[in-house]
Amino acid sequence: MSEHVPDDLQYTRTHEWVRALANGQVEIGITDHAQEALGDLVFVEVPQVGRELKAGEACAVVESVKAASDVYSPVSGRVIARNEDLAQKPELLNSDPYGAGWLMRVDLSSAPADGPWLKAAEYAQYVKEAG
Amino acid sequence: MGLKTPLYDIHVSLGAKIIDFGGWDMPLSYGSQLEEHRAVRRDSGIFDVSHMCVIDLTGARVREFLRHLLANDVAKLTVPGSALYTCMLLPSGGVIDDLIAYFLTEQWFRLVVNAGTRGKDLEWLAQHAAPFGVSVRERSDLAILAVQGPLARAKTASLLSAANGETALGIARFAAAAIDSWFLARTGYTGEDGFEIMLPAEEAPSVWRSLTARGVAPTGLGARDTLRLEAGMNLYGNDMDESRHPLESGLAWTVAFEPKERDFIGRAALERARAQGCDELVGLVLEERGVLRSHQTVLADSRAGEAGARIGEITSGTFSPTLNRAIALARVRRGVGARVLVDIRGQPQAARVVKPPFVRNGKVLIQL
Repeated sequence: MSEHVPDDLQYTRTHEWVRALANGQVEIGITDHAQEALGDLVFVEVPQVGRELKAGEACAVVESVKAASDVYSPVSGRVIARNEDLAQKPELLNSDPYGAGWLMRVDLSSAPADGPWLKAAEYAQYVKEAG
Repeated sequence: MGLKTPLYDIHVSLGAKIIDFGGWDMPLSYGSQLEEHRAVRRDSGIFDVSHMCVIDLTGARVREFLRHLLANDVAKLTVPGSALYTCMLLPSGGVIDDLIAYFLTEQWFRLVVNAGTRGKDLEWLAQHAAPFGVSVRERSDLAILAVQGPLARAKTASLLSAANGETALGIARFAAAAIDSWFLARTGYTGEDGFEIMLPAEEAPSVWRSLTARGVAPTGLGARDTLRLEAGMNLYGNDMDESRHPLESGLAWTVAFEPKERDFIGRAALERARAQGCDELVGLVLEERGVLRSHQTVLADSRAGEAGARIGEITSGTFSPTLNRAIALARVRRGVGARVLVDIRGQPQAARVVKPPFVRNGKVLIQL
């Protein structure tokens, strides 16, 4: 099955994506590869708005029928929004991982810069090599 | 690379996610596990369970042997084709395996045992069968297809001649019949009606294709697990094993203490456990959102005297697609009351104690 890796996002080796927004903010989610590997998502726990994240910290949990998996924050910063739709519709992570299935938005202005992350082609290659 | 069933190539061609299960390369799901689960509850699904092990026992004293070997009593099987769910125990009462025993003739019984326990089961059987002059033969020439769901029997019968179809639909619950090359059993592991078809391995691919052409959904081991858990059925290795006996595993109903003079392996240990009292296996429904998983700790409810004390552990947990809630089987101290807490990643979450099954024949059996 070929997995989708949009060119305009950046990626982590732990299968999160980062989308640059305006004003030093980013949107974060999990990749198509991650949702495909997890299978049907049935529960998502996203961090509280206002929480200060450190890059690499486990900040969310996504649970499929099969297993629970941690989501690691690619960035340091303050959570300014979380996707409230996921409480009722965790399947959005399966159907639209880069869109309606976003997890949270983080403000980076008070934090040191993180990254760089993997570019789309690098992530696609990484996933391919990891098998 | 693991062992492969005769249907392996079909699974791969359908895009199945393949996992190792007891040394076998088996399909976990073919796409959406939730959709496969729902197909079985609403219509029908087909499972390749050829990794399970069919064993034929033959000999003049085979019934006497099984009355000694098994915790349930095959004396209950009086009509050829009738079947019995039972545990096979160590002298300690620990469960070597759970299995179905089919009565075929006075000289021939058939057992179907788990894939992961095949080796030790065959050894145990051989060791104990010898004194009874019973021969043990593994039927690795057979494949097993489970066809399950409200429409499963009708769709299966539609593959057969009119006369054979009528025979198939006449099979009583938890019984079986030989129909040409098939051994057709009205048994399963989903809580739905249906058949388990034991048939020559070389026939399995064409039967699979004929059934899926009739709209029976290919269903993997993932959905098999959520279906069996909703049905309140135990999984060997999760809900019981050699360190746990049937009375603390929700399987007291499968132990035949009567007649008193029947001396089955494990009897003395079970009588002691029964007299002393033991833990019990209960059902749990999580009240809030989240997912219950095996090995999560069960704590006393805050309303109980010793709030927060550890009182047990989840043995199987999952998200129930039918209930849209997390459910579990948990081994807890007897008499824990109506409500407990489950430690989910350090957070105590309230769960209600219920009597399994959660779902049978498409119907929710517990109050939500």
